Amino acid sequence: MNLHAVRAIYKFEMARTFRTLMQSIASPVLSTSLYFIVFGSAIGSRMADIDGVSYGAFIVPGLMMLSILTESISNASFGIYMPRFSGTIYEVLSAPISVLEILLGYVGAAASKSILLGTIILATARLFVPFTIEHPLWMLGFLILTSVSFSLFGFIIGIWADGFEKLQIVPMMVVMPLTFLGGSFYSISMLPPLWQKIALFNPVVYLVSGFRWSFYGTSDVSVSVSLMMTLVFLSLSSVAVWWIFKTGYRLKA
Amino acid sequence: METILEVRNLSKTYASGFQALKSVNLSIRRGEMFALLGPNGAGKTTLINIVCGIVRASEGSVLADGLDIAKDYRRVRAAIGLVPQELHTDMFETVWDTVKFSRGLFGKPPNQEYLERVLSDLSLSDKKKSKIMTLSGGMKRRVLIAKALSHEPSILFLDEPTAGVDVELRRSMWEMVRKLRERGVTIILTTHYIEEAEEMADRVGVINKGELVLVEDKHVLMQRMGKKQLRVELKSPLAALPASLNGGRALTLEPDGKSLLYTYDTQSDDTGIPSLLADLGKSGIEIRDLSTQQSSLEEIFVSLVRSGS
Ligand SMILES: Nc1ncnc2c1ncn2[C@@H]1O[C@H](COP(=O)(O)OP(=O)(O)O)[C@@H](O)[C@H]1O
Ligand SMILES: [Mg+2]
Repeated sequence: MNLHAVRAIYKFEMARTFRTLMQSIASPVLSTSLYFIVFGSAIGSRMADIDGVSYGAFIVPGLMMLSILTESISNASFGIYMPRFSGTIYEVLSAPISVLEILLGYVGAAASKSILLGTIILATARLFVPFTIEHPLWMLGFLILTSVSFSLFGFIIGIWADGFEKLQIVPMMVVMPLTFLGGSFYSISMLPPLWQKIALFNPVVYLVSGFRWSFYGTSDVSVSVSLMMTLVFLSLSSVAVWWIFKTGYRLKA
Repeated sequence: METILEVRNLSKTYASGFQALKSVNLSIRRGEMFALLGPNGAGKTTLINIVCGIVRASEGSVLADGLDIAKDYRRVRAAIGLVPQELHTDMFETVWDTVKFSRGLFGKPPNQEYLERVLSDLSLSDKKKSKIMTLSGGMKRRVLIAKALSHEPSILFLDEPTAGVDVELRRSMWEMVRKLRERGVTIILTTHYIEEAEEMADRVGVINKGELVLVEDKHVLMQRMGKKQLRVELKSPLAALPASLNGGRALTLEPDGKSLLYTYDTQSDDTGIPSLLADLGKSGIEIRDLSTQQSSLEEIFVSLVRSGS
């Protein structure tokens, strides 16, 4: 194991985050605060409790998920896209490192940022609404698992993208809508029956549902199904990455 | 001589269908400085990039120190340093951070003292804390060299290291490369500046259109390919070449009639110079001065590439 390399990449990526502290940390915190002011306080005060949880508290897990998903993808995709774009990737390709070590560096750093960010959002949310976490270990587990899975997914996008537009397109056009429609701001059971069925095709539903269960003990779908879906997503992404490095797709001519 | 790098039947066809390398065979000796010469698009970068793991070979294999570059990539790559042709650098990193990064990436524990020395050898010490984007092109090139040396490689590839670099920097770069060679580092450089190969290399390979046309000891090459010319300046001009001198010699009279040009082969035992001089004496032609000149590697190169196409 080339741990020196893992550390080098990880440190490089983390340094990039702290160089752009405003963008990476401050802006998600700001937007989360805005969500709480609008949905939590202004609108939430007129909403009935959902499953015995106040609306403000109900949206905390969903909001965290929204940020974790979009930030994981954009951090990880940018992290690997930039060296491809600038050409500095030559050094990584010529270095004595394995795929696993590359992933530990790039995806590990992106996932760490997401976990850090999730924690900051959680703390920010606590300033606006009181809530308790019923299963903190599960909460942490889901947080880590989701951050890693979606950072890995972002890594794939960063390799697939051949321009800055494509880099933005998946987080903006796919993940964002799926997250909004995935029960971040409402319970799936509040939808008409047909839409409840359609919603089950949305992978984010499972993520949000499982995550919310770890907070309040209630969920739209069973926790084991949530966990399984997350693991399936992680496996699919892993297979895709394995294929990318095996074929040299978009990395090696 | 011990072989450090062995390229066997290496071919590369890019996805576009273009064949950039055609079954190249090449052995590099430990500790030598090898210059790969060839016009633009000949396949020099492709060859280097395959050895370094950046481009995938279509066919053939490469062994470094007897190890397959694909199977034993960890050990092989740890021993190789690459200075790429293009100035691929980070922008926001400092010089120091980027060389530290490279050393770690290649699996070496931190060594501040060594890295400091590399930077000072490259006259980069005072730029240590500078962001790379603030540096000039020549400075960036030095940073790339520093990165390539950061993990103490025993094989160093320099892909057109002096392209677009000013004369002074070129000098200091060669000075450093020479030092590396003295320390036993094997150096493979590509260039289309023939003077560089002529001045620095032990052996020269010429590649053209994906084919290795020739590999030769530099001196042997210059001798074998290099014909010498003897210029004989005459005291008084001649109107025509006397028949007495013309006995099957490669001898011509310059248009102004003031000097004779004699072309001979440095390799042959009998250069024909003594008999020419004797015949000149017999014919009563008086000599003012003599000079010889040898064709440069450049002329050799041009004639090789031309005959290859
Ligand atoms: N990724 C690529 N796809 C298709 N053709 C390429 C690629 N890279 C290089 N080539 C072509 O292969 C040939 C050899 O290129 P290269 O190895 O860079 O030559 P050199 O370094 O000798 O100038 C050139 O004709 C170049 O256009
Ligand atoms: Mg080239």
